[in-house]
This record gives sequence, structure tokens and C-alpha cells, in this order.
Amino acid sequence: MALIKHNAVAPAELWTTLAADQPVPATGDVLVDLERWVSEGEALRARADRVGVLLQPDDDVLGLEGTLDGLALIAVAFPKFTDGRGYSSARLLRDRLGYTGELRAVGHVLPDQVFYMRRVGFDALELADGKSADTAIAQLGEFSVTYQAAADDSRPLFRRVARPA
Amino acid sequence: MYQYDEHDQRIVDERAAQFRGQVQRRLAGEITENEFKPLRLQNGLYMQLHAYMLRVAVPYGLLSSAQLRALATIARDYDKGYAHFTTRQNVQYNWPELEDVPKILDLLASVQMHAIQTSGNCIRNTTSDPLAGIAADELEDPRPYCELIRQWSTFHPEFAFLPRKFKIAVTGSRTDRAAVRIHDIGIRIVDNDAGERGFEILVGGGLGRTPHIAKVVRDFLPYEHLLSYLEAVLRVYNRYGRRDNKYKARIKIQVSEWGVEKFAAAVEEEWGHIKDSATALTRAEIDRIKGRFHTPSFEALPNEDLDALALTSDREFARFLKNNLRPHRVPGYTAIVISTKPKDRAPGDVSDSQLEALADLADRFGLGHVVVMHDQNVMMPNVKQADLKAVYAVLEEWDLHTANAGRVTDQICCPGLDFCNLANARSIPVALRIAERFDDQDYLDDLGDVSLKMSGCINACGHHHVGNIGILGIDKAGVEAYQLMLGGDPGDEASLGKIVGRAFSSDEIVDAVSTVLDTYATQRESADETFLDFYRRAGLDPFKESLYGTD
Repeated sequence: MALIKHNAVAPAELWTTLAADQPVPATGDVLVDLERWVSEGEALRARADRVGVLLQPDDDVLGLEGTLDGLALIAVAFPKFTDGRGYSSARLLRDRLGYTGELRAVGHVLPDQVFYMRRVGFDALELADGKSADTAIAQLGEFSVTYQAAADDSRPLFRRVARPA
Repeated sequence: MYQYDEHDQRIVDERAAQFRGQVQRRLAGEITENEFKPLRLQNGLYMQLHAYMLRVAVPYGLLSSAQLRALATIARDYDKGYAHFTTRQNVQYNWPELEDVPKILDLLASVQMHAIQTSGNCIRNTTSDPLAGIAADELEDPRPYCELIRQWSTFHPEFAFLPRKFKIAVTGSRTDRAAVRIHDIGIRIVDNDAGERGFEILVGGGLGRTPHIAKVVRDFLPYEHLLSYLEAVLRVYNRYGRRDNKYKARIKIQVSEWGVEKFAAAVEEEWGHIKDSATALTRAEIDRIKGRFHTPSFEALPNEDLDALALTSDREFARFLKNNLRPHRVPGYTAIVISTKPKDRAPGDVSDSQLEALADLADRFGLGHVVVMHDQNVMMPNVKQADLKAVYAVLEEWDLHTANAGRVTDQICCPGLDFCNLANARSIPVALRIAERFDDQDYLDDLGDVSLKMSGCINACGHHHVGNIGILGIDKAGVEAYQLMLGGDPGDEASLGKIVGRAFSSDEIVDAVSTVLDTYATQRESADETFLDFYRRAGLDPFKESLYGTD
């Protein structure tokens, strides 16, 4: 499970993903679900170690509005690479909620999706098992031109460059 | 024709290079077939019964002569000498080798073409009115807006993995020839009461297993907000469209389950956040795109007396003049429908040398381009009336002169079980038998315009729901059978066909079509009552009676 951050391989990190009914350990970085973060945010923010949220495809990302302070990480789950809801979640986190912290795609993350993922606002990618980080990093720069606005640039192409008449 | 700038060109070049890498990784076993599937699908590459099928995008159906020649080269070098025009105004090849596909994409890129997003659960090729740019009832040419949508949707990073495929059509005319009501999003260019230009937006149309007519979600959208509004619709669909069942994943199901009011409200809410973003269009950008179409300049010509020409011509040419011309708003010009449906050929199939002949014709007589139509024919939109005789002579030489445009043998037909691994029944052989049975052109002309559309399965690629006569291939306990439906129409009064009764066997279906046509011919009020008018007046009963008797 290679981790890529900002277009380069990053050292592995140990985050414990907590099930909904699992108690929060005293130490160690943990990922909690959206509901727990919203309801137990105060206690979670008081921890010495880091807390992140793991968003599932059917979570309403806008539920994080007003709760972003103190979040060390937002991980967006892609249980199947064909489920594209996480792309909208990422876009809304960046564009609507103004989240500027680490946004990580996790799960069935394949090299051929990372170009899109970077554009909707992911700055960290945890590749699916066995997938090549080199291939993924190469794919990040596969296209040198994009037409539409996204989280990486709020301007569509025609506002970025003078396109010929 | 829209001319690519350096940015457009770079994107298709880089796409071809990317797919070359993906094919290499697939052939080397670095990616599984399951992982390769969505990649090849977003490059228009399907796995069919016998081989891969490559679908090439023809944005809003426009093809230049150079592009036609490239398509001919692909047909000759990488296929079995022919290409196939589809109901989405695209081109398909049925026999490419996987290893050759990167070379094909390079060749396409060299003539400003691609196969991007011609399949997969993403935004597909945007289609339009085949008479765009020449129709007398047009408010504005829709194709620059189609091109804006093409660019906005190309590699849109948020919408590459939608619940299901997504199709958009745009019309700029009062009369809908783009079938906007059977698209995921249909866009009509309209003026509001204040005389301002904008769009009516319809959402949730589609055929397939559960056909729906699209509903209006916004009756007037100011022109500058086109792309932000589309983005809002797509976001509401991407986030909340059903993903639990492939057959309920189209936006039509979401709109139908939510109700159009709730859906429209969700879109408005989302759109409110992004309407004034940089995605808003400017008049300057629209004008720039329009300018890159290099709209041809027309000569000042008198209208020819085509009736007189028909009277002094041989019967076949006279018939061609009567059936295959479409009006052009500039005097002295006409559009010509080139039928791909002579009686011995699968609808939509065109050979490599025919493609080259079309390219030559377009250069000599058609201002350098043609239009692929929804009904799998090809249109030369800009022909001088004075050149008709010369054009016809060339068409005749290449067997492209069949004078059946709009007639019952001008059928739409999906590839069916001969090629497709979804199909339940063959469709091409039935189409060929129908063409053979109804080869009395005088009878067909007497019947007037009747559309016949056939699909080999309920996925409805042949649009059978919106044929005046629809034929649906089904599997009846392991035997091919055909359901007959009547009364469908994709236009302004869009309606879905109704099943007449029990299905027919392969042996019976052509007779059944014949009975339907005879029923109409003998019971219509007058020759002015079209098949569709007759059906709408008389309903299914006369047909039921003649097909099944009174039992």
C-alpha cells in the first residue's frame, strides 16, 4: 500500500481505523467515522495524538461544515474504484468547505485514477495493494492541459490562457 | 468544422500516448482485465462476442473530408474494410486488434479525432440536430455549445465514474431533431419573454429497460450559466444517483424516484453555490468557439426548379430528389441524405472506398464536410442545387444513392446478436429481410414517412421505443422472438411505443410488419394522414385485429 504525497512516495503511516463501536485508544493516530467526529469532536480534539475522519461514499461530506478545526486528516474511501462519489466529496471539501488539510484517497485507488483524484483536491493517495507507485506518479502528470475548473485551479482553460481566436 | 487549437490537439495526443501505456501494461499483465476494463471503456474499446469493438467519437456528428479519409484508412488497415455509423452519430469498428488500437488513436489524433469517453460510466459524446447550421427554424447553431460541453466534459475529474453512462443532446431549433427528450440531459436553445437567449433544460429521459421522457427542470437558464448548471446536475447525480443496481442507475430513475420538483430543487441548491464561479461562460468565449467553426460562406444563388428537374429525370433520380433532400435556409443550396441502407447491407455499414468517395464528394460539392445522422445515415449539408445531378452520379457509382430516406426501409438497427454480447436476438438479418421484402419503392413512397427501429435486446441501442414501428428482440425459452410495438416518436411530441401483443417468431416478424403497413395503408383517412397520425387517432386496435384476429 504505497503512499504518495504531493507527487512523491511518502513513508508509511500508522493510522488505526476505528469501527463505530470501538473505544478510542489513549494513544496513537486514529481515523474515526463522520458521525463520531461530529458528535465527539471535543473529546477527540483533546487527544495528544492525531485524529482523522474516514469518509464513506454515502456520507454527506457537508456534514463536516464547521468541524474542520483540529482535523489532521480526511481520508475518503473508495471501496470500489468504479464508485465515483468520493470525487464529489473531495471537490466539495476543497471548494465549498475550504478544507486545506491533508485529503487522502484510500481503498481501491489505482494509478489510472490518480490524475482525476489530484484534480478534485486529493493531495495524498494510498494506492491499492500491489499497485506501482512509479506508475501512479507518472500518471499524475499524464495530461499537461485540462479544460475545466476543478479544485486544483478554479479557472477553466479559457480563463488561464489566451486561447487563439 | 471546429478547428482544434494547440490545447485541444495536445489533449488528444496525450490521450493516445496514455492509452498506449495502458495497453502495454495490460499486455504485460501489470493490470488485470477488470482494472483494464474501465480504462479501455473510457477509450471506447468494448469486448464484443468475437473481438474488440472500437467506438470513435464524432462530436455532434460533424466529419471533415480529411477525417473521412482517416476513417477509411482505419477500416482498411485495421478492420475488415468497413466502418459502422451509430445512432449516437459515432463510428464503430468491429474487428480491431488490441495491439493496434494505440496506432488507431494516433491516426485519429492526427485528424483531430479521438475515442475519449465514447463508453464507460462518464459523459458521452454530445449529439445535436443533423440540420444544425442550415435549418430554417433555427434560433442559433447548437454546435458551438456542443463543443463547449465537449471540452468541459472531456476528462472532467469529478465525473469519470458516474453511476452510469450519461448522454447530452442540444438543439437550436423549434422542431426537435436531436431527440432531446430521450437524453439524460436535453438542452433546447430558447428565448425568454424578455427576448434574452438561454436554454431550457430537460433531465431524465432515456430508453433502455425503463424508458422515460425527460422532464423540464429549468425552463430558462441564462446562456452564461450553461456549464455551471450542467455541473450542478451532474454533481447531484454523482452523489445521489443509485449505484446498487446497474439497471436503476441512470439519472432517469433518480428523477423519477425523487420526483422532478425535488430533483430540480436539489440542482438549484447546488447551482446556487457555483453559478457565479469562473466556470461561467463569457460572450467572448462563446464567440471565440463560434469563430473556430469557420462557418462556410455561401454564394448568392437562385433556387433551382427541383420539381422541373424531377420531371425531366429518370425515375430513380426523381425519387431521390423527392425523398432524400432536406431544405437549406440559404437559397440555391440543399442538404442531401445519403442512405446507408440499400437492401443488401447492414444499416450503418460503409466501406473504406465509400468513405473515400464521400470525402471526395464533400470536397468537390459539399464545402468539405458531412454529418453523421442519428438514423445512421450521412448527410451532405451544403450542396448547391445546381450540382445535384453531378452528386447523384457519383453516389450511384458507389451504391450510395438509395432513395429511401425517411421510408420504412430507412431502418435503425443495432448490431444485435451477430456482434453484441448483450443481445438476445439477431437484428441485422431481420433488417435485411425487411429491406428485401419492401423493395417496391412506389409502395414505400405511398406509405410516406414511417420510422422503423429495431433493437436486439432491452438495452435499446436501436431506439425501438421511439420508432413508429419498434421491434425488440427477446429470448423466449432459448428461441429468438420479436416484440412489435407501435406509435413511438422521439420528436417534440415524444411518445413511447406500445406493445401490440404476443411476440412473433423470426419467421413471422416480417409478415407482421407487412400486416401493420397494410393496415395503415388501407384504413388511413387520406394520403395526408401519416402513420403516426393514424396511430394516434386509431390506437392499437386496428393493428391488433389484423395481426391477431378478433379472438
